[in-house]
Amino acid sequence: MTPTLLEEEKVFKDPVHRYIHVRYKTIWDLIDTPEFQRLRRIRQLGTTMFTFHGAEHSRFNHSLGVYEIMRRIVTKLEVLTEEERLLCLCSALLHDVGHGPFSHTFEKVFKTDHEEWTRRIIEGDTEIRKVLSGVSADFPKKVSEVIGKTYSNKMIVSLISSQIDADRMDYLLRDAYYTGVNYGNFDIERILRLMRPAEEQIAIKYSGMHAVEDYIVSRYQMYWQVYFHPVTRSAEVILKKLFQRAKLLYDCNYHFRIFPEPLVPFFKDGQAKLRQYLDLDEATVIYYIREWTREEDEILSDLAERFMNRRLFKYIQYQPLDYQMWTDLQGLFRDAGLDPTYYLEFDSPSDLPYDFYRSGEEEEERLPILLLMPDGSLEELSRKSDIVQSISGKRRFDHKLYFPEDRITDVIRERLGVN
Amino acid sequence: MLTEHAKVLFLLESVGEIVGRKKLQKMVYITQKLNFDFNQRFQFHFYGPYSEELTVMTEELCELGLIEEHQQDKGNYSVYQYAITEKGRDFLHHVHVNLGNILPIASKLNDSSSRFLELLSTVFYFEQLSREEVEEKIFTLKAKQNYSHGEINEAYRWLQELRQSC
Repeated sequence: MTPTLLEEEKVFKDPVHRYIHVRYKTIWDLIDTPEFQRLRRIRQLGTTMFTFHGAEHSRFNHSLGVYEIMRRIVTKLEVLTEEERLLCLCSALLHDVGHGPFSHTFEKVFKTDHEEWTRRIIEGDTEIRKVLSGVSADFPKKVSEVIGKTYSNKMIVSLISSQIDADRMDYLLRDAYYTGVNYGNFDIERILRLMRPAEEQIAIKYSGMHAVEDYIVSRYQMYWQVYFHPVTRSAEVILKKLFQRAKLLYDCNYHFRIFPEPLVPFFKDGQAKLRQYLDLDEATVIYYIREWTREEDEILSDLAERFMNRRLFKYIQYQPLDYQMWTDLQGLFRDAGLDPTYYLEFDSPSDLPYDFYRSGEEEEERLPILLLMPDGSLEELSRKSDIVQSISGKRRFDHKLYFPEDRITDVIRERLGVN
Repeated sequence: MLTEHAKVLFLLESVGEIVGRKKLQKMVYITQKLNFDFNQRFQFHFYGPYSEELTVMTEELCELGLIEEHQQDKGNYSVYQYAITEKGRDFLHHVHVNLGNILPIASKLNDSSSRFLELLSTVFYFEQLSREEVEEKIFTLKAKQNYSHGEINEAYRWLQELRQSC
């Protein structure tokens, strides 16, 4: 199969990669589909905008960025056929197409899964499937399998999903750029230049080890300084409580001022159809949250007002085995007329910057980063890098309690130990 | 608070101990597929369905001292063995969970090998595909495991039995 090329290459300006180059007609047509255009209305970092005001970039930008990184990788990989190259590019472009509004919070409350939606969008009755079917009848399924990590060629899967893949490289650089922090930067040009095919994955030439170290440390920094920032988490807590309250009210036949029709299929667990899912974006969700500020239900309107006007919950460090404090707080919140279900939350983010299989131990599910040594042998990264070894396999946790400081009584304040 | 963690603890308390990270992963996945209330997200990895969230929870439970993790020597390799601690039992008195009658199924799964659970969970994962397609997936994605047709038949038999018993 020879993929159809555009008459001439098209380019998009991009603040991270400067230019995004498109040569295949299939890619151009995919970008034009309504399902892909919808990603313009889904922010990449959800509530991070409350902490870093620049973080308004969308999953559309990121998806194009992952595509561009993949394009640079596959251009050099002579082991791939022309169809496999296109498969890698389509998978990179579409890997996040199933994300919905404020995905992480939305999925937890309404028990949906963006990966399952990705599969349904690629294989279901959509424009995307029509475009992909133009390559071959089974091409949509292949793309879906690469993204779902069930495709037979493991090297292709690893390019889109491993500990050093096109997705991670783009989001670190892009999120750093839009949040304005310095942590996420690393020398991607050098990493891409020194990538080599090795066994069922990609290895980096040993001379590129320091660039990979930078990438791992960047990832570590971005998680703790940006992704797990407690102010961002606070906004997520409010959003989660807001969704939970709206769902409960719907279940109790509450009369909403404006009936939230697009959200109803999600209030009824697992009943959303593909078309209903695709119709939902952040503009729709924010419209209803703004309307909810005027609802009679005090909890719903208070949480909605907090979200709209960034009146977020405060937080303190908390030892999760302090049961007495938890029990005391529940009672004190009720005494103060605050339902702890909505006004007291425990949160505990965690990240593992890098991990690998240690010889002799139980099999590891994460693909290690391999270095291609000058003698042609392969070495796992942390065996050669002291920096990476020092953070390998070490997970860090951060336990916090969130609460509305403006509504708590002095007794609660005292029990929480806040002034 | 930590309700999902408590469910993993409850599972461990029910079966006594679980030998192998892979076995723990597959037990939670299979029971989730049988509609027991586990909410971790699973993706397909090298050894079948795998949940990073569950790995995080297990590590956090260890860090909090609610479960013990020991390396068990298996000759040429070692596996991790998990059991609930006294502190963990105390935790379950404070954070109540209800996983229904999970014990018979959890025990049955715990008594089988990690290798078989890897196969069984893979069959569950691809349940919507035809038998022929599932076999193709097993023979390509799990070529190194070298599963036989007999083992695949057995996995299908288990799947039906487990579905009927729930």
